[in-house]
Amino acid sequence: MEFNPIQYEELEQLLTDIYKRYGYDFSEYSKASLQRRIYRLFTLDKFPSFAEFRYRLQTDAQYFRRFVEEITVNVTEMLRDPSFYRALRTTILPVLATYPFIRIWHAGCATGEEVYSMAILLKEAGLLHKSLLYGTDINPLVIEKARKGIFPVSQMQKYSENYIQSGGVKDFSTYYTANYHLAKFDSSLTGRMIFSTHNLVSDFSFNEFQLILCRNVLIYFERDLQSKVFQLFDYSLENFGYLALGSKESLRFSSISDRYKQVGKEKIWRKMHEAG
Amino acid sequence: MKPDKLLLIGGSAGSLQVMLSLLTAVGTDLPIPVLVILHRNSAFDSALEELFFTKTALVTKEVEEKEVPAAGTVYLCPPDYHVLVESDRSFSLDYSERVHFSRPSIDVTFKSAADVYGAGTIAVLLSGGNADGADGLAYVKECGGVTIVQDPGSAEVPYMPQQAISRMQPDHILHADDLPIYIRGLATYK
Repeated sequence: MEFNPIQYEELEQLLTDIYKRYGYDFSEYSKASLQRRIYRLFTLDKFPSFAEFRYRLQTDAQYFRRFVEEITVNVTEMLRDPSFYRALRTTILPVLATYPFIRIWHAGCATGEEVYSMAILLKEAGLLHKSLLYGTDINPLVIEKARKGIFPVSQMQKYSENYIQSGGVKDFSTYYTANYHLAKFDSSLTGRMIFSTHNLVSDFSFNEFQLILCRNVLIYFERDLQSKVFQLFDYSLENFGYLALGSKESLRFSSISDRYKQVGKEKIWRKMHEAG
Repeated sequence: MKPDKLLLIGGSAGSLQVMLSLLTAVGTDLPIPVLVILHRNSAFDSALEELFFTKTALVTKEVEEKEVPAAGTVYLCPPDYHVLVESDRSFSLDYSERVHFSRPSIDVTFKSAADVYGAGTIAVLLSGGNADGADGLAYVKECGGVTIVQDPGSAEVPYMPQQAISRMQPDHILHADDLPIYIRGLATYK
């Protein structure tokens, strides 16, 4: 077995190169996870040395694209944490229903499974026709996949169980058409979605929302970056809008926490005041 | 003060009882933090924490992201997340792909902890039915840490310790009953 050849200093070097050449700033990502992903790519692509890996990244823009695709974590599933979705159904959607038009942002949506989950909930609440769901991610490849709404059929049993646990009463299979090993989700869902690339580190707010979901993204960021992203969300949320985080994430230590109130037991907070 | 040692205990099927007796017998004044990587079913997560809490005398809590571990405290990996260790000793959570069908994975945490704690890593691998942990244990040893494997003969499910033994040479192969005294010695040795 070899030691991890990418030590801390080398990682810093690599990140500086990338920032200078491509403008992507990974310097405030949590290093342990980033290092693990970079080492994985380094091994996968069989580089003989770190120097050659670094050189390739600096000189080959196509390879940098692969780098972004591979080092970001794109694991997601539909209706993950059913109790969270149950809370959305019972507590949040009835409030959103009072708005003439609903705008929702899924920040860091990966291949889009959560966006489709939300669209199903909205459809069942009779709100989808007046909703727009924005899905964004730093990785253009996953955004391409999200637009298609095609997921492996092998996942459907698990998603169907999640759906029932989240309070769903229909037959989950009515939402997709299975074709060999793929399940294509209904175009009535896709029709209310807008997908685009967006980098939480460097890009600005692009709209005002009543609900922002950013689940299992902030765990990859260091505190200062988390704090900047919270500011971005705060700026992008209407007053009395909601912010939903992953089951192990919290607003507790953030600079905006005093203006937000947690709703129930799930990781959902409501904005109670605008910034003073 | 940042801890300079970390005790890692990894296990799967058949390891819970061993973990509980080990943590009960090891004493209440353990001078280093403990991180438990147990393959678990997320449906029973809160029950597990309660069990550790009532059965052992040590303070037990689930890992929170960015938390710096304290001596004498037992940290449990949350279900469905990998736990990594940052260079400032704080824990971070990771929701990337499963390793050996497992999240948390013992390999992932063992390797990440050894990168930071080096020779201060004490890694224990217990009973289990899959190959997770063997690679991680080999890595801990490469980094100068101490590696301990439960004697497969005393393990309810011997596959996991057996995999480790065939993959690398652990520093100690111990019967479940002998684990506490050894581990206490390693943890308190300056």
